[in-house]
Amino acid sequence: MQEPTWAHLQYEKPDFQAISYYAAPKNQKKYNSWDEVEPEMKEMMRKLGISMDEQQRLTGTAQVAVDFVMDSVSVATSFKEKLKELGIIFCAISEAIQEHPELVKKYLGSVVPSTDNFYAALNSAVFTDGSFCYIPKGVRCPMELSTYFRINEGGTGQFERTLVIADENAYVSYLEGCTAPVRDENQLHAAVVELIALDHAEIKYSTVQNWYPGDKNGKGGVYNFVTKRGICEKAAKISWTQVETGSAITWKYPSCILKGDHSVGEFYSVAVTNHRQQADTGTKMIHIGKHTKSTIISKGISAGFSNNTYRGLIKIGKNADKARNFTQCDSLLMTDTSGAHTFPYIECENSSAKLEHEATTSKIGEDQIFYCLQRGIDEEKAISLIVNGYCKEVLNQLPMEFAVEAQKLLEISLEGSVG
Amino acid sequence: MLKIENLHANIQEKPILKGLNLTVKAGEIHAIMGPNGAGKSTLASVLAGKESYEVTEGSIDFKGKNLLELEIEERAREGVFLAFQYPIEIPGVSNVNFLRTALNAKRVHEGLEPMNAKDFMALVREKAKMVQLDTAFLSRSLNEGFSGGEKKKNEIFQMAVLNPSLCILDETDSGLDIDALRVVAAGVNQLRNKDNAFVVITHYQRLLDYIVPDFVHVLQDGKIVKTGDKNLALELEEKGYDWLKA
Repeated sequence: MQEPTWAHLQYEKPDFQAISYYAAPKNQKKYNSWDEVEPEMKEMMRKLGISMDEQQRLTGTAQVAVDFVMDSVSVATSFKEKLKELGIIFCAISEAIQEHPELVKKYLGSVVPSTDNFYAALNSAVFTDGSFCYIPKGVRCPMELSTYFRINEGGTGQFERTLVIADENAYVSYLEGCTAPVRDENQLHAAVVELIALDHAEIKYSTVQNWYPGDKNGKGGVYNFVTKRGICEKAAKISWTQVETGSAITWKYPSCILKGDHSVGEFYSVAVTNHRQQADTGTKMIHIGKHTKSTIISKGISAGFSNNTYRGLIKIGKNADKARNFTQCDSLLMTDTSGAHTFPYIECENSSAKLEHEATTSKIGEDQIFYCLQRGIDEEKAISLIVNGYCKEVLNQLPMEFAVEAQKLLEISLEGSVG
Repeated sequence: MLKIENLHANIQEKPILKGLNLTVKAGEIHAIMGPNGAGKSTLASVLAGKESYEVTEGSIDFKGKNLLELEIEERAREGVFLAFQYPIEIPGVSNVNFLRTALNAKRVHEGLEPMNAKDFMALVREKAKMVQLDTAFLSRSLNEGFSGGEKKKNEIFQMAVLNPSLCILDETDSGLDIDALRVVAAGVNQLRNKDNAFVVITHYQRLLDYIVPDFVHVLQDGKIVKTGDKNLALELEEKGYDWLKA
């Protein structure tokens, strides 16, 4: 297989022989409860902007179950017992392979086969861990499930695998967060996420991605080559929401195969690039069933010398009668030296389908900033207000507590970026 | 409160203000009138600190501070408020969120605690009532889709909440129907007190029927060429500006 070269990205190809494909945290330890987690790791999570203690205090009860994947190993899964009472399985995928082989065998690779693309093949060959989630028939998962990924060791890649299955009439909201410390060399992250929404099920999958983006001059940073795809059976719904601020290179297209009649796919995205970052991201909506519906809202923000590309495919199959798509892609330029690009592809084989595409590109308004300043709001805060306003439709899709974190992240990513 | 001496300002190398003098004391309302291109809006922009204007000569003293040395946001926090001729739209940012951010920036500058949500909402409801701004506008995106009159009302509303000491109204009357004009003027009249001052920039005498100025200045070719009381505005309405040309 060959690495894909069609993306609007320029980078030095990773040396696949030089990567460590497995790294485990030095003091490997299993945790029975959140209290047992070392303060150091909690601190790490706080740095990620997620304070579990605070969330637990705020909500009165624990509302978020977390699986924490560091380097290649899942190190902590919380609230497993509580979820078990409802029949929900939420664990490391390495554990699921041993404990629930029937589910893993049935669904793993069913949406993203190992032959799908270069990076999916690489992931399929080398992944050692990741997260697994199964929601049984008719169960509405009462809390947010979330996974945190972190690349810690130098010279390692991370190749985690996520499999989420919502059985008939089930509902789950799933969030993943990513981070990596500052390193000079480029690190590779090649993950695969598969979502399966059976009849009338709904999966909401949110990502806050903050992998190390490299320094101002483009040295270091994570190469984020990720394949994410979900399949919707009859009247099922999959909603992808992503806030992408990190990585030197982002190459990802969370997609929906709308196989069942009346199924719904959604994609809400904010992608921020600053300095020398490059992002080529978007979605694919594959309409196969009748009366299938998809919505795409993409907001790109480019600052510094970065390039930000939206790439999307809407495919309407010949049996997809009355399929509908609405696409809106907006680009906001913060500087004269950054770029915004849009590559929308539409393939329609059914004349009863209805498709809409709206796109805008604008530069952040000096007038808007002046207006804020004149009211006493400083420039950083003004930019954050304007940008958050611009991204509101997407941020509104995130679970509340994470929306606040995402706003902060946008603020940090764009510090001092207007030129 | 405000003392402008021999102010010269350029935009893109072109001189607009050419030796303007103006003294405004607390409790006063000053109207600035004059033909198109005389430099009225330039004066407003220079006071606010807009960067595209370059001050080449002169001084501006505001409450004992050198205004020209302050950043735009510092001037605002010190109490300079500009009601925009064309208020800016910021999609996705609610009116109240914007205003709360602004108010708290000012309060922190004054060494006060940020205002809590409950007190803030009580304050904005009271002030919205004053300018007859429907409370539905509070949660709407800032100025987005507002009519011309609503935008102007919203400026006066912001002014009421932020309670500045120097209020500059840049052609607030332009594009207003007579009812909106009355509402805006009534708002200004309620806000005026012995501690604040207003500089009202206008083309027409009409606004001054409702906001009665203590002084009327005629700005022509970058200078104040005549100063009088409210009767000067009536005279200008009748005679135009040409008779003042040297």
